[in-house]
Amino acid sequence: MTSTIAVVTAGLGRPSTTRLLADRLAEATDRALRLRDEEVHVEVVELRELAHDITDNLLTGFPGTDLAAAIRTVAGADAVVAVTPVFSASYSGLFKSFFDVLEDGALEGKPVLIAATAGTARHSLVLEFAVRPLFAYLGATVAPTGVFGATEDFGSTASGALADRVDRAARELAGLVVGRPSGDAPDPFDNPTPFAELLGG
Amino acid sequence: MQFGIFTVGDVTTDPTTGRAPTEHERIKATVEIAKKAEEVGLDVFATGEHHNPPFIASAPTTTLAYIGAQTERIILSTATTLITTTDPVLIAENYAKLQHLTDGRVDLMMGRGNTGPVYPWFGKDIRDGIPLAIENYHLLHRLWREDVVSWEGRFRTPLQGFTSTPRPLDGVPPFVWHGSIRSPEIAEQAAYYGEGFFANHIFWPKEHTERMVGLYRRRFEHYGHGSADQAIVGLGGQVFMRKSSQDAVREFRPYFDNAPVYGHGPSLEDFMEQTPLTVGSPQQVIERTLGFREYVGDYQRQLFLMDHAGLPLRTVLEQLEILGGEVVPVLRREFAALRPAHVPDAPTHASLVAAAGGPKDSTVHAADDDVTGQSPEEVRR
Repeated sequence: MTSTIAVVTAGLGRPSTTRLLADRLAEATDRALRLRDEEVHVEVVELRELAHDITDNLLTGFPGTDLAAAIRTVAGADAVVAVTPVFSASYSGLFKSFFDVLEDGALEGKPVLIAATAGTARHSLVLEFAVRPLFAYLGATVAPTGVFGATEDFGSTASGALADRVDRAARELAGLVVGRPSGDAPDPFDNPTPFAELLGG
Repeated sequence: MQFGIFTVGDVTTDPTTGRAPTEHERIKATVEIAKKAEEVGLDVFATGEHHNPPFIASAPTTTLAYIGAQTERIILSTATTLITTTDPVLIAENYAKLQHLTDGRVDLMMGRGNTGPVYPWFGKDIRDGIPLAIENYHLLHRLWREDVVSWEGRFRTPLQGFTSTPRPLDGVPPFVWHGSIRSPEIAEQAAYYGEGFFANHIFWPKEHTERMVGLYRRRFEHYGHGSADQAIVGLGGQVFMRKSSQDAVREFRPYFDNAPVYGHGPSLEDFMEQTPLTVGSPQQVIERTLGFREYVGDYQRQLFLMDHAGLPLRTVLEQLEILGGEVVPVLRREFAALRPAHVPDAPTHASLVAAAGGPKDSTVHAADDDVTGQSPEEVRR
């Protein structure tokens, strides 16, 4: 089996710390899945490149070509790694806006690994009070370990350091992917609800 | 094939002058636009229904009756009638009355509306949008076809021995289109009844239209109303034209950039590529419109949105001259040449009466002492 992992990263800098963390999470997830005999295909969605499209979608109600492709990638993936920088004590507006323009139900039951970066460890609970509730609302199955990376973590190898948290979260995500019930919801256009049922409902 | 216009009745500031029309001006302008549509040879005028500013589209049958009194030929329709929040009994009465007054020049398009608070304003819950559309229309369908209706549902007070008056003209209810952008349940509904399906086909990519029409056609055949390519399809469209496409783009751009719905978003060029909007020469509009049949098949009705985003009345009337004078005659000819013989026209009152075996008066004469509240059902016993 091949699992597709969509990595959604909302960093704005070039290079971006958020992207750096996203890449490490993607590699670790790839390793963890291969240990379980899964083939892995990683697709990265850089929200910076889609920022104008996302705003247009908020205004018009439909995605342009590139954004539509990104949305298909995320909706069709077996798991999502979602990484945001911390802005004003929460996820960034761009990060939230992307999840605002997904179709209803796109993340239902989907394994998601949440992660965030910030300049200081004082923001580390953002994952628990902002990001996790967002994905809970969207019906995703969120891995227990969220990975928070402060700038200082990128120079530390102390116990409980970033690398360990990355590996633990990736193993958890891999477990969710392998244990995920198979079968997508029926397409309402291929299998429309018969009218008698609509009327009786 | 029928060609016409549909309006949402928005009162929008003209971005080039900074002036918004008054409600009175906009209401009168709507009448002028409808009369011009008939004058330039269009077949259909349809008005939306809204119950909030900045629209003047409440009380649609008042507007349509007034227009009907000043026109002779054009079909009066809606885009859309709010089947979710309007009492189906009132729809049955209002549009049957309009049918009588205009000698049958009436059809309707059912829709769910796009203003959330309309539901609570009329005592409904937006989460019931689809069930309301299904149940309310089912009652409306019966009220026009059965002289005496006893009925009970989830959303409306029950009816016992109720007769909706006046009965439909010649015993034939108005033809109904079911409109939806992307709810498969509504395509299913249209297919079940063997009635028309209308894809709004403006402001959105064509993929939605393609999927919805495809589903409607398959299910139309499934329910035994004919082959899939005989289903009755209508499309919206949005155009702005000048002799040269550069002039059209230059003149329309400020209206596009500031429009309600999509303004301040994508560029005019991107939006033209992503949606059926065409801003250009009459020839460009002809080519784009002929292209619609490549993804929906041969269809029966094409309505254009011509009067929104603050365009002044004078400009809208000029646009209608171009549409009726240069575009629609070519489209009629070209579409007719492409269409196989077994694909029907959109039903009209005349064709429905003929199909029913001729006109029949369907007046329900009540008993002499109906002031006592005796129902027609009781009278019949």
